[in-house]
Amino acid sequence: MAYSTKVIDHYSNPRNIGTLDKSDPSVGTGLVGAPECGDVMRLQIKVNDETGMIEDARFKTFGCGSAIASSSLATEWLKGKGVDEALTIDNMDIVEELALPPVKIHCSVLAEDAIRSAINDYRVKKGLEPLADKKRY
Amino acid sequence: MVKLPIYLDNNATTPVDPRVLEAMLPYFTEHFGNAASRNHSFGWKAEEAVDYAREQIARLVGCADKEIIFTSGATESNNLAIKGVYEMYAQKGNHFITVTTEHKAILDTCKHIEKLGAEITYLEPDTDGLISLKELENAITDKTVMISVMYGNNEVGVIQPIKEISDIARKNGILFHTDATQAIGKIPVDVDKDGIDLMSFSAHKMYGPKGVGALYVRRKNPRVKVTAQMDGGGHERGMRSGTLNVPGIVGFGKACEIAQNEMTGEAARLSALRDKLERALMHMEEVYINGNRENRLPHVTNMSFKYVEGEGLIMGIKDLAVSSGSACTSASLEPSYVLKSLGLNDDLAHSSIRFGLGRFTTEEEIDFAIEHVKEAVTKLREMSPLWEMFKEGIDLDKIVWQAH
Repeated sequence: MAYSTKVIDHYSNPRNIGTLDKSDPSVGTGLVGAPECGDVMRLQIKVNDETGMIEDARFKTFGCGSAIASSSLATEWLKGKGVDEALTIDNMDIVEELALPPVKIHCSVLAEDAIRSAINDYRVKKGLEPLADKKRY
Repeated sequence: MVKLPIYLDNNATTPVDPRVLEAMLPYFTEHFGNAASRNHSFGWKAEEAVDYAREQIARLVGCADKEIIFTSGATESNNLAIKGVYEMYAQKGNHFITVTTEHKAILDTCKHIEKLGAEITYLEPDTDGLISLKELENAITDKTVMISVMYGNNEVGVIQPIKEISDIARKNGILFHTDATQAIGKIPVDVDKDGIDLMSFSAHKMYGPKGVGALYVRRKNPRVKVTAQMDGGGHERGMRSGTLNVPGIVGFGKACEIAQNEMTGEAARLSALRDKLERALMHMEEVYINGNRENRLPHVTNMSFKYVEGEGLIMGIKDLAVSSGSACTSASLEPSYVLKSLGLNDDLAHSSIRFGLGRFTTEEEIDFAIEHVKEAVTKLREMSPLWEMFKEGIDLDKIVWQAH
């Protein structure tokens, strides 16, 4: 299967690889997937407590090229967004941007889950209600 | 400078040896006759070529030329062996014994006859990939007709104790079939010494053309018969009808002749290169070789690079043509069933790569491959959350993962 040029670009030059201090109260961490499924994503956001804007986003991913590209793209999109606005990122936006084939849609789902999970972690740290689970299908 | 990309997937298929191609060419245009045409020289010429090829093939595996039945490839040979024996020996019994690490052409054919009323025992190999002879003996019943165990495994290269298995079969009056597709032309195989009654193999894994294979069917001690699965003109002693693929068969014969002459030197050269590749890659941390290391084919290795996903790694080593035991596609995220049968955890199975060396693999290519793989593994580990956790001393088995 041939990868799209955008997937290859994100895979070859991943944006925002790295680790933020997960004990920092302004950092939200999401860890989703499982090694036995062949993909694990860790996505972290650093939120400016005053403005509510995401100042930094970092990821590390164990997975195929599409999973790496999905999480790399997610960090690009997260930076500069407000926390609530970040929740509007939909996995199908990622599918469209990276031209993922149907067999790789689960990679985008995982990235969306990682975003929600990171935001949830941040919300809980701030004493806010965690988001309800998003029901799929 | 080496020419890229480098082909290291010789267990999937091999290029046709130029000497093989040369032998085949006249049989497309000049000597194009039907080997079954008895009335003119075109047919005689084709038949003569087929007879010669049959001898070349028979010589390589130590059988008589009449015992070679030509097919379209090893998948068809496996189908013919299993379905053909199931039908032919229905009076004797309906029980077959095979192994979970067989090729799909065996496993799915067994599933097919199971639906028709056969009983199949699937033996589980140990973590090295070898079957237990004790378990094999215990699985035998008075209804057992055939044992089918592959010679060398296509994913990990493990060679089963063929002689010991056939001794058990013989002692119990049971037929023994082996799928020797990966072994023929790579290591010495002799149907008499090995006690084989039926054997599948194909040309394209040994530098011959695709689309031609053979089923060896023993003619005496015991005389084995299979019910034809393809009805028609009664070719191949009535066991496989269909006009013979003369150029393909000529190429198959030539490939066997070359293999017979060059096998010893080639096996030594390739296993030295394979060992060099393994040694260099094992210098990295958390790299594992899958399957038994003593009893295996000389030209293949299957390695797991822990904390790196196989498909992602393949993308990172795009200048190498290799295959992965990971299948990160659609709903099924199941990694290789062969590696799972060896007891590998899913995460290690997802991290596996098969390197298959071949006749045209050079030392420069292996040197390049070593550097390329090291670089990609290092890069991917830097972006792997699992690697980071491992380095921090976190026990990954204790984490409750959010499987999706």
